[in-house]
Amino acid sequence: MSDAVAIGVDCGSTTTKAVAIDSGGRILYSVVERSHPRIEEQTERCLALLRERTGAAASVPIGATGYGRKRIAASRVLTEITCHARGAFFHTGKACTLVDMGGQDTKVIRVGPGGDVQDFAMNDKCAAGTGRFLEVILARLEVPLDEIAQRAAGEARPVSISSTCTVFAESEVISLVAQGEPVAGILAGLHRSLASRVASLAGSMAADADVRMSGGVAKNATMVEALGRALGRPIGVLPDPQLVGALGAALWVR
Amino acid sequence: MITRRIQYELAGRVFGPALLSFEAWQKRLKRRGKKRGPSPFGPPLESVKKLKEVMSLHYLEGRYADGAVPVAWVTSGFPVELLRPLGFHTVYPENHGALCGVQRIVPELSDAAEKEGWSRDLCSYARTDLGSVLLGKTPAGRLPKPDLLACCTNICQTVLYWYRCLADHFRVPLVLLDTPYVYGEARPHHLEYVRDQLGELIEVVEKLTGKRVDMDEIVGIVRKAREGTRLWGECLATARARPAPWTGIDGFFHLAPIVTLRGSEECNAYYRLLLDELGDRVKRGIGGIVDERRRLLWDNLPMWYGVRELSTLLAERGFNFVCTTYTNAWAEAGSRIDPADPMGSAVLAYTHIILNQDLPNRLDIMRRLSKDYSVDGAVLHSDRSCKPYSIGQIDLKERLARELGIRVLILEADHNDQRAWSPEQGNTRLGAFMESFS
Ligand code: SF4
Repeated sequence: MSDAVAIGVDCGSTTTKAVAIDSGGRILYSVVERSHPRIEEQTERCLALLRERTGAAASVPIGATGYGRKRIAASRVLTEITCHARGAFFHTGKACTLVDMGGQDTKVIRVGPGGDVQDFAMNDKCAAGTGRFLEVILARLEVPLDEIAQRAAGEARPVSISSTCTVFAESEVISLVAQGEPVAGILAGLHRSLASRVASLAGSMAADADVRMSGGVAKNATMVEALGRALGRPIGVLPDPQLVGALGAALWVR
Repeated sequence: MITRRIQYELAGRVFGPALLSFEAWQKRLKRRGKKRGPSPFGPPLESVKKLKEVMSLHYLEGRYADGAVPVAWVTSGFPVELLRPLGFHTVYPENHGALCGVQRIVPELSDAAEKEGWSRDLCSYARTDLGSVLLGKTPAGRLPKPDLLACCTNICQTVLYWYRCLADHFRVPLVLLDTPYVYGEARPHHLEYVRDQLGELIEVVEKLTGKRVDMDEIVGIVRKAREGTRLWGECLATARARPAPWTGIDGFFHLAPIVTLRGSEECNAYYRLLLDELGDRVKRGIGGIVDERRRLLWDNLPMWYGVRELSTLLAERGFNFVCTTYTNAWAEAGSRIDPADPMGSAVLAYTHIILNQDLPNRLDIMRRLSKDYSVDGAVLHSDRSCKPYSIGQIDLKERLARELGIRVLILEADHNDQRAWSPEQGNTRLGAFMESFS
């Protein structure tokens, strides 16, 4: 008999995450894949894998969230905001301000003392202030994501990047490289620029003092540090930050 | 001139009604046999038919107006009561802009204006109108050329530059009524300044039409305008009932007569009809949506190209916009109009338009509406085009949430240019907002 009581699928713009949880909310197994345009096929594959590894029956309820949520045959379909809040509350058990930095959007959510969404703000219209910003520019600099932390952290003087638009920042970075600025300094500058964007998003709502972070970008220690500096307070990264949305979706149908 | 006049009169009285009933008959034929799924909305308002008739006739008459009667293009906040006694046919580019927005032809019109050098950052009503003038394209068939442009800055400063461009294009006079921005209450010298301009304005229009403005006629029209705004206010107030007998989105459409035909008998007759129907629905407990669970306030102009989708998304989950600051603006302004002092009260009314008032005033209006209509939350549309309406919304949001304990969402879009609206992102925000109530 399987321990799996619920499944959560977070079909994001960059990655698709799926988790199976037990009755205590513990993640039994998780899958993270780069998102594919054929959403239905991909989720079916992820679900099959989850079921195979956890022995979850076909009747185990599924909660779906993320941009592709409406394409998933789920018992309950909820927005990322509601699911991230639920996932975060599961970990913290109290009110907090959650910064979720994903591929195409960044959200700041005020999670109430009961785990409810009290307020939220999201980047609008463009990818400035999201994971995509870093991804595009790092690709341009030919720097793999895992090297960021070491290279930027070692740099004391961040180069200032003025463009917040991803495309403009890309050309700004190219000209900085051409002028002989060290890549590490540029990286530190990029993180600072991104952090200030997110901090102003958080500033648009009365944020709780306890700030937590989720989403794929939370795995980037340099980013967490830069954001902490921009907000003027330390930031706690949630366990398995990339899975918080999927966990929340599963908790809603548990 | 005489032939034009006859055509103009016939358009309104004979051809128009005939054409409309023919169109209605065709639509009925098309609809026959089509199955419809369950709708989250209550039964449609019967008055809509009359609304369509009134507005279509207005635009149909317009096709034959130039050469028959003097034509003025006016901003929505202009004291049109002064022009009516001189027999002006009035065209409201903003209302026409909304018509283009609903038909989703704004990108094409805006492109034409942008090609001529107007920036995309300019208000989408201005781009729609300028593009429509340049291309000669309009869903109304044809707009009559203006003999006069009449602009009042009580809604924004954009209209001034926009109307200057129109004046340059059509080579016709532009009259301007400049209303100082109101902090708290308007100061006496501000009102005096506006009043002086009204006097000058009358001289210009008298010269243009070769007629004298008859004060008695103005009083009559002002009386009708006041009655019209009162009726409109009462129609809106029916939505205080639970369930609200109509949706705020319905209100956006039913606003057309008070904007474009204010001061006329047909406008008032229409609102009497609507009020009767709404009152009857309240008595019988018929709602604008089938299952009203949460009541919301809407701030700013609607997204004309997407109002239906938006209200359906909400209605399906039991959310209804029961009041909007935008539709309320026309009820609010008129309450200051006093037929005993038509000029003085017009000055007061037209200076105290919501967009010409500071944030504390706007906050007061929103607080009052929230309480009167017992709302659970508010959606503040941050309209990329309308800067005067959108400025300060972050503070307004925070104050409303804190003082009234309601949930407030800021939704970024544009009232007329669908290119500034990302449905996926926008719907996710609305979805999360609705989920936060459960
Ligand atoms: S929508 Fe706003 S900016 Fe545009 S004309 Fe109206 S008041 Fe002015």
